[in-house]
Amino acid sequence: MNIVDRRPNPKGKSLSNRQRFLGRARVEVKSAVQEALRKRKVADIGHGEKVAIPTRGISEPIFHHNRRTGKTDHVVPGNKEYIRGDEIPRPQGGEGRGGSEGSPDGSGDDSFEFTLSKEEFLDMFFEDLELPDLIKKSLKDTVAVDLQRAGYAVTGNPSNLSIPRTLRNSMGRRIALHRPKLSEIAALRQALEEALAAGQDDEVARLTRELERLERRSKIIPYIDPIDVRYRRFDRVPRPNTEAVMFCLMDVSGSMTEAMKDLAKRFFMLLHVFLIRRYRHVDVVFIRHTSTAEEVDEETFFYSRETGGTVVSTALEKMLEIARARYPTDRWNIYGAQASDGDNYGADSGRCVALLGGDVLPLCQYFAYVEVGDGMGGSLTGLSRDSDLWRAYSEVAPAHAHFAMRRVGDPAQIFSVFHELFAKGGVRA
Amino acid sequence: MPNTGLDAAQLRAEMPLFTGSNWDYGSLRRVYEAIERIAFDELGLDIYPVQIEVITSEQMLDAYASVGLPLMYRHWSFGKRFAYHETLYRKGLQGLAYEIVINSNPCICYIMEENSMTMQTLVLAHAAFGHNHFFKNNYLFRQWTDAGGILDYLSFARDYVSKCEEKFGFEAVERILDAAHALKEHGVNRYAHRSRPNLAEERQRAESRNAYEEATFNDLWRTVPNAGKEAGDLDDTEKEDEEASRKLGLPEENLLYFIEKRAPRLADWQRELIRIVRNVSQYFYPQKQLQMMNEGCATFVHYEIMNRLHDKGLVTEGSMLEFLHSHSSVVFQPGFDDPRFSGLNPYALGFAMMSDIQRICEKPTGEDREFFPDIAGCGDPFGVLRDAWANYRDESFILQYLSPAVIRKFRLFQIADDASKPSLRVDAIHDELGYRRIRSALSKQYDLSRREPDVQVVDVDLTGDRCLVLAHYVHDGVLLDEKTCRSVLRYASALWGYGVKLHEIEAASDKTLKTYEAAAEGK
Repeated sequence: MNIVDRRPNPKGKSLSNRQRFLGRARVEVKSAVQEALRKRKVADIGHGEKVAIPTRGISEPIFHHNRRTGKTDHVVPGNKEYIRGDEIPRPQGGEGRGGSEGSPDGSGDDSFEFTLSKEEFLDMFFEDLELPDLIKKSLKDTVAVDLQRAGYAVTGNPSNLSIPRTLRNSMGRRIALHRPKLSEIAALRQALEEALAAGQDDEVARLTRELERLERRSKIIPYIDPIDVRYRRFDRVPRPNTEAVMFCLMDVSGSMTEAMKDLAKRFFMLLHVFLIRRYRHVDVVFIRHTSTAEEVDEETFFYSRETGGTVVSTALEKMLEIARARYPTDRWNIYGAQASDGDNYGADSGRCVALLGGDVLPLCQYFAYVEVGDGMGGSLTGLSRDSDLWRAYSEVAPAHAHFAMRRVGDPAQIFSVFHELFAKGGVRA
Repeated sequence: MPNTGLDAAQLRAEMPLFTGSNWDYGSLRRVYEAIERIAFDELGLDIYPVQIEVITSEQMLDAYASVGLPLMYRHWSFGKRFAYHETLYRKGLQGLAYEIVINSNPCICYIMEENSMTMQTLVLAHAAFGHNHFFKNNYLFRQWTDAGGILDYLSFARDYVSKCEEKFGFEAVERILDAAHALKEHGVNRYAHRSRPNLAEERQRAESRNAYEEATFNDLWRTVPNAGKEAGDLDDTEKEDEEASRKLGLPEENLLYFIEKRAPRLADWQRELIRIVRNVSQYFYPQKQLQMMNEGCATFVHYEIMNRLHDKGLVTEGSMLEFLHSHSSVVFQPGFDDPRFSGLNPYALGFAMMSDIQRICEKPTGEDREFFPDIAGCGDPFGVLRDAWANYRDESFILQYLSPAVIRKFRLFQIADDASKPSLRVDAIHDELGYRRIRSALSKQYDLSRREPDVQVVDVDLTGDRCLVLAHYVHDGVLLDEKTCRSVLRYASALWGYGVKLHEIEAASDKTLKTYEAAAEGK
């Protein structure tokens, strides 16, 4: 008998089969993912998901008997009351008919349920989306570089001295040139002393000569020679900006209802998840505004109530101020998302347009404006009057490809709007 | 009575092999050796050498996905199986098996690291001895499965498939494998092929036939009207047809074999892929016919061994209780009206029948003497069982050994289900009149050739559109399921390269009941 411990074997033996399976069921899984997204809370978006997909594309048909035809006999256990000749009404749905055990792979079911991992789930969801303008145009001028190891050099900065490598060379050289070892010299000295003590003159003379020879040799063959020295070498590789900051701007004046805020929140969350998939590090700045704007934390941003008028330009100014102070464009990719119900103090809209077109948009990689409605879809029909802000922003939109505006009426639309905004080769408003 | 406890302790001369629930390699080895002694000396088992492999639950799920084999070629259907089992397992709907055992030489037993030492003991007795003995001795495994070569073959298959994927692309390989999987149940040889006669034998046979004809020549036969007409007087086209069929080896029930050898438009690598699916399918063919006996044998053996270990004092009372709890849930058989019912439990039925054989051999009743005159009271239960394990399959084992006692124990009854009638009828229950009927009906239920549709290749239109003609021989009016039949035919025509037809033919009357047709793709 042999016992083998297989536990350390590599895991994930089925991984490639799983990928094949997902590829096979791609269409079904994708629509199931979207369906699942519609139902779930935004806060859970980063988790995996159980999806049930119809077996259409993944059925494995084999020849089966049709159980509803012909004559068959079944022998089943557990008789309690029947005697020969009893008639039993035919059970519905094949239950209790015995002998007809379901197929082991569940192919008899109408849908097939399994769990997607978080990565698989987000991959499916973001599959056909891309970030517009991912690489900054200003990247060419920036000094964002990474150092990358590139072997060893014979010249360099002392702080880059590679001691192991240097000593390795030194040792090789010492061995090759037969530099006497310290222990050899010490042994010789001791032998010399013993010879002196014993008064063997011949021996003393021979040992003295030998000792002189070794000492001379160890002087002319240095322990470390300049040719041994090695330095670690680094290449400087320009690195694409991997840090992004996302500005969330929201109107929290009295006219924004909880439902509207919820819509805005969903949109911000989606954008956040999307950004963290692309950038190593994503900062989020929350700016809320009424007639004045302030930077707040997330909790306050979404849940505290404010009253007051609405002056949108204050938020844009705040954003500019923070961006200039903390997020220089050579290091940061800046994304902006603004949510509002479209109300603005009448005279302010012109200022907003000027700020947005003149200062904010040149700074940003992308700026999205989402106008949240009350769920009745009033403004979506196009019949009602466009809001102040919408009309104002419409002036800016045509000139800037990286500015998009959309209206959202109820949570179910969030995903389709988001999709539209970031679809590959996407539509721009 | 101060002495009783002491006496009992003296009876149990030996120390338990292990205490507590944690296992280690030392105790695994000790337990294996103790079981080995019982298995060889007392039960007379004969096994392949054993290799025990310890695995994690995740690896167990992997093994589930590749249909219990340690390695397998890549295909999405295995990924689907993995996703399915993983979901059930994570939800807690399904526990994992304690072990998987592979019919190979050496016999590989996977045991899970989570098992307690008692469970490992049970698993060793069950898999390494019970299943292993059955694999080595049953005639179907001996005839159909090359235990020594299966692992090498699978590793060849995996490499071959991945090479094909590199060379011809995933889709091309997947198309062939999908189609071949649809026909895999019909890719097995059910009978050993007739060996090809050599020339010398052929000549000898012809000579002896001539000699016989000369010796028995009687001129009178010539005068009998219609004599010798049937065979000789087919017209020419019929003769040609017959000749063509004979050359193609028709009828052929191994659809994949026929397609592999005869499909006009397959490339060599595609034929090899079909052959791989066919060989894997063939490997599993005996297991499907032996499930009940195989599990019964393993369950009976572990029960016997655990009890003997306990009798010798080698396992503690606590372990024994843990074992009995697990054992009784394995052999639990819910009744037909129980929500947990999903057919007869092969462990329960196999174990009950084999225990009953033991009882019949040792303490027969009058009824047993009437039903089983040759084994009742013979006193050698293991001899009888070893013979049964070696020479029967589920269907014949039930027909031979299902005793009235077991029928009563399970309260088996037989229902006739005639689709044309509104209700089911109880045909037999566990009484004098019913025993034999139930026995033969249950045996038929385990007969693979009745469970699986009887589909054969009957013709190929060689002169016309090269259409492949299949026939499903209908017994008792049970037709094929329409939806799956159509999709399978589409797959078949993808392999064949031309159209495929299927006739449902009533076996008794040769009447065609229904015809399906699948046109070749892209035409």
